[in-house]
Amino acid sequence: MIELTDVHKRFGAVEVLKGITGSVAKSEVVCIIGPSGSGKSTILRCINGLESYEAGAILVEGARVDAHSPSIVDIRTQVSMVFQRFNLFPHRTALENVVEGPIYVKKQPRTEALERGRALLAQVGLAEKADAYPPQLSGGQQQRVAIARALAMQPKAILFDEPTSALDPELVGEVLSVMRKLADDGMTMVVVTHEMAFAKDVADRVLFIDGGVIVEQGAAKTVLNQPQHARTQDFLRRVLHPL
Amino acid sequence: MQNFLRDAAEFLPILLQGVWLTIVVTIGSLALSTILGLLWALMRVSGVRALTLLSGGLINVIRGIPIIVLLFYLYFVMPDFGVALSALQAAILGLGIAYSAYQAENFRAGIEAIDKGQIEAAQTIGMGWWLTMRRVVLPQAVRIVLPPYGNIMIMLLKDSSQASTITVAELALQGKLIASSTFKNTSVFTLVALMYLTMSIPLILLVRHFENKANRR
Repeated sequence: MIELTDVHKRFGAVEVLKGITGSVAKSEVVCIIGPSGSGKSTILRCINGLESYEAGAILVEGARVDAHSPSIVDIRTQVSMVFQRFNLFPHRTALENVVEGPIYVKKQPRTEALERGRALLAQVGLAEKADAYPPQLSGGQQQRVAIARALAMQPKAILFDEPTSALDPELVGEVLSVMRKLADDGMTMVVVTHEMAFAKDVADRVLFIDGGVIVEQGAAKTVLNQPQHARTQDFLRRVLHPL
Repeated sequence: MQNFLRDAAEFLPILLQGVWLTIVVTIGSLALSTILGLLWALMRVSGVRALTLLSGGLINVIRGIPIIVLLFYLYFVMPDFGVALSALQAAILGLGIAYSAYQAENFRAGIEAIDKGQIEAAQTIGMGWWLTMRRVVLPQAVRIVLPPYGNIMIMLLKDSSQASTITVAELALQGKLIASSTFKNTSVFTLVALMYLTMSIPLILLVRHFENKANRR
């Protein structure tokens, strides 16, 4: 449902994506791993038009992603995003964060949206936090609200941009288990992550990106257990055995 | 002191008529400058180059002209172009335009202080530019903008006295008229100063309230 063909992206003089080609099928979970600065997040940001790209093509359900075209709004309602730093609206409660899109973008009736919003908060284990403001919640709770907010748009896919990187270690698990449940329910997911255990357990496929190109890709367990490329081997060694 | 109190009792009713006009000019130009300032600020951050340049240029022109000259222009020059404004209309329009530049810069600072991640989050749930402004950016910017906005209100209250230069009989002009006909300069201008101060104090308290509220977050 998401297809990238030879995508190039540069920031000024620096080319961060040097021809990315790949696809994500419906209900597939794809993890993108790689060193920082390799262009992992930029791929996600290009897919839902937060960044534009210079060459190549990105298609979502056959529609071309163009950050400067009005059609981008339609694509964004189909492909949600979860950010590293949550980006919840601090002036609105957890429930208001979740129903903001359904009420003001999708124009759903208020009572219906609120009812669904409460159900989504319950799904991520935060039913009792509906009226809390984001600053009153822990990082893990905020990220789960952010996932509920993404789900509220009833997207066909969700992009996760390092969803656990800003969390205290003991809070990582609660977010990953919510994501695992989503994957089990058949949600299409693209996850930029450093959580190799999650990638191994949950992902169907893993892409290893370095220097703006896909160095290696394949079934999660194959790439992570028997990496073929020297750069992949080196990266995994440093991530899995930092000492 | 005895004399002052006697003078106060005599002049206060006339000065209060001036107070009324001072309040009308202040509130009128505050409303106008707020609307225009918000418009300039939104043009400035619209991302549309022509609008950004236009509002930047407008703000600089407005900032570069003294209020008193702007008032003279509206009141004495515009009739030559067939636009005759009453003194009160010219005062509200002139002060409103002059202060819109300060309002715009204040609003822009507030809007630009909002984390980019907020705007991206709004975009990823499909919000367009205006919806993002209305639902996400402006409600958060208000908290940042309120304390300086209170200061602008106080400055505007005092600058409303410039309307006296185009014959609006507000507090300062009423004072001057009484003083020049009675020669009781000390009593009259002490009264005028006290009356401005009396109007400023609630505003000063309001600013402090805004600041405390902003700091608590």
